[in-house]
Amino acid sequence: MTTATQRAGDTGSPYAFSHLDALESEAVHIFREVAGEFERPVILFSGGKDSIVMLHLALKAFSPAPVPFGLLHVDTGHNFPEVIAYRDRTVEQHGLRLHVASVQDYIDDGRLRERPDGTRNPLQTVPLLDAINEGRYDAVFGGGRRDEEKARAKERVFSLRDEFGAWDPRRQRPELWQLYNGRHAPGEHVRVFPLSNWTELDVWQYIAREGVELPEIYYAHERDVFSRSGMWLTAGEWGGPKDDEPVQRRLIRYRTVGDMSCTGAVDSDAATIEQVIAEIAASRLTERGATRADDKLSEAAMEDRKREGYF
Amino acid sequence: MTETLTDTLDVSATSLLRFATAGSVDDGKSTLVGRLLHDSKSVLADQLEAVEAASLRRGQDAPDLALLTDGLRAEREQGITIDVAYRYFATPRRRFILADTPGHVQYTRNMVTGASTAELAVVLVDARNGVVEQTRRHAAVAALLRVPHVVLAVNKMDLVEYAEPVFAAIAEEFTAYAASLGVPEITAIPISALAGDNVVTPSAHMDWYGGPTILEHLETVPVGTDPAHDPARFPVQYVIRPQTAEHHDYRGYAGRIASGVLRVGDPVTVLPSGATSTIAAIDALGERVDAAWAPQSVTVLLADDVDLSRGDLIAPTAAAPVPTQDVEATVCHLHERPLRVGERVLLKHGTRTVKAIVKRLPYRINLTEGLAHEDEPERLDVNDIGAVVLRTAEPLPLDAYADSRLTGSFVLIDPADGSTLTAGMTGEPFAAPATKAEQAAADDEGWDF
Repeated sequence: MTTATQRAGDTGSPYAFSHLDALESEAVHIFREVAGEFERPVILFSGGKDSIVMLHLALKAFSPAPVPFGLLHVDTGHNFPEVIAYRDRTVEQHGLRLHVASVQDYIDDGRLRERPDGTRNPLQTVPLLDAINEGRYDAVFGGGRRDEEKARAKERVFSLRDEFGAWDPRRQRPELWQLYNGRHAPGEHVRVFPLSNWTELDVWQYIAREGVELPEIYYAHERDVFSRSGMWLTAGEWGGPKDDEPVQRRLIRYRTVGDMSCTGAVDSDAATIEQVIAEIAASRLTERGATRADDKLSEAAMEDRKREGYF
Repeated sequence: MTETLTDTLDVSATSLLRFATAGSVDDGKSTLVGRLLHDSKSVLADQLEAVEAASLRRGQDAPDLALLTDGLRAEREQGITIDVAYRYFATPRRRFILADTPGHVQYTRNMVTGASTAELAVVLVDARNGVVEQTRRHAAVAALLRVPHVVLAVNKMDLVEYAEPVFAAIAEEFTAYAASLGVPEITAIPISALAGDNVVTPSAHMDWYGGPTILEHLETVPVGTDPAHDPARFPVQYVIRPQTAEHHDYRGYAGRIASGVLRVGDPVTVLPSGATSTIAAIDALGERVDAAWAPQSVTVLLADDVDLSRGDLIAPTAAAPVPTQDVEATVCHLHERPLRVGERVLLKHGTRTVKAIVKRLPYRINLTEGLAHEDEPERLDVNDIGAVVLRTAEPLPLDAYADSRLTGSFVLIDPADGSTLTAGMTGEPFAAPATKAEQAAADDEGWDF
């Protein structure tokens, strides 16, 4: 038999525990608390690395039983095809239930209007809240991490949302020890963030340790891209490039995976997970600073979207 | 696995330290936190650019590192910090989670929240002011929450000409006070957060100081308690029953070990029912192991079919806690609505939530020097620390908080709107008996209520 001693930390104690062990154990504890206290939880699953790690943790938390929740994906209609293919493969492999809320449907029937800049990230909020109401979900797992952004640094693990999905920083409950309070009124729900204490590097180190498969666009590949707002955006049916935006073929990879219209690629030759980890450890830019156009809109962009019910 | 991947795993074999900082803006706490993040190269270029731009807009010519830790627009506009913010940084030796809490009196609840998960607390003082009332409050909160390691950071040494006697006097006064409250380990470090002395790099101005910098100390302080010394405590979160052909008879109890070590073959008692069995197997997230320890999340299988569900506690038969319906505890009240005798609440302990009623409020503690008690207060207001006697609807297997921070703690919840009202720690507030003598002396000095 083996024990976690083989991954021991720096103390030399037989009971040592590495930081990845600690983060994994905490996240599993959070999943099990929700399973024990809520009626209808759901995991937000985008096919991005954070949601993939969430699903991996959920699979481990309930092993050998299946994950007792379904998945919910808010599809902007501008998702990378590689990511959608990965999503569908994963759902089938683990026998999961997937509900897709489609931003495109909302645009097609006029409930939402396309923004002038073509960005669909802010448009996800309405379909997300509708899906939560229709699914009567009382706990919604999100992959948000506190290291991502300043407004997230004050987020709770259990984040209470009112019947409009809104987040009020002054109404959040103090979280002490490992005691999470998930009580909520009918119509309200709780967003749960099992990766709250993880950093981007932790996520990658964990992916490496666990041998988790990711969509291939996280690794270096050649792609037709064009430059907008200092980022390499992918050329495609979603609307880019404009006439004055020349397309070129570059060796790139994605650090985050979101809507194609506002998720930038980074120049990279990191083709393996070891190379990706080395690249991130040496990077002088945050994940969102490097790749997300929507967070550059204003200093408080994320705070505003969170208040409205965004992820 | 390739060689390279193995190397990566070695790099990731670092431990995790959770710590908290306490101090007011005036003490330079935000600057210290900004300095730790900046000098440990955890602040990335785009974050620094944003800080530089914001500093320029405010007419400051150098980047104000305190801006790194301001979170919400509401706070930036009002120049306040309203809550606990969590910060993350790493060195090759260790990963850090910092609970950054504002230090004013009205924020005691936030300090208590941050300290509840901390293994180390950094208390800041301004070298020009020395130990002030707020410093004593911070020491008392660290002592109440039984934070194992306390660092006194004597800041702004540059403003007292880096003079050793100034530091020595403050360190001596603080150490004596914190030790009297039962803080087991105190390390005093002279620093200048603004100039960077002894935060990450050793100071060139204080040859007389031979101790570690703040970061060196954070990197080397022992993490966690030795599980071999503590009795095992396993609150059951969830029952795993696959009911598949392959795992037809599998019935596993999922939870996170709160303290101690669990071994296959251990005789155990289930509380509060008192049923007994032995541990038949332990699954550590899909991997069968013969032993597991705090704070691992595992699934335990028992040799016998016992009635067991979420909310129960598995403990060694030889060292099981005695369940009780009468809870005496030290609390910090967290909610704007006061806590009063006769109030009906929910009490969440481990994975169990039960009804409870507030029977008595024996005293309220003033966290300033002397820790004066106000007996039988009418109510506990937000940020108040005091004693509570509760009667629960069902027996709870509580430990003394002094013995186990996780199984000796609880929260009170408002049954009507679900608010978290109060944080509770079973037993007496402070470790050292000296505290009571001091308090008696303070009472003699004539506090009038």
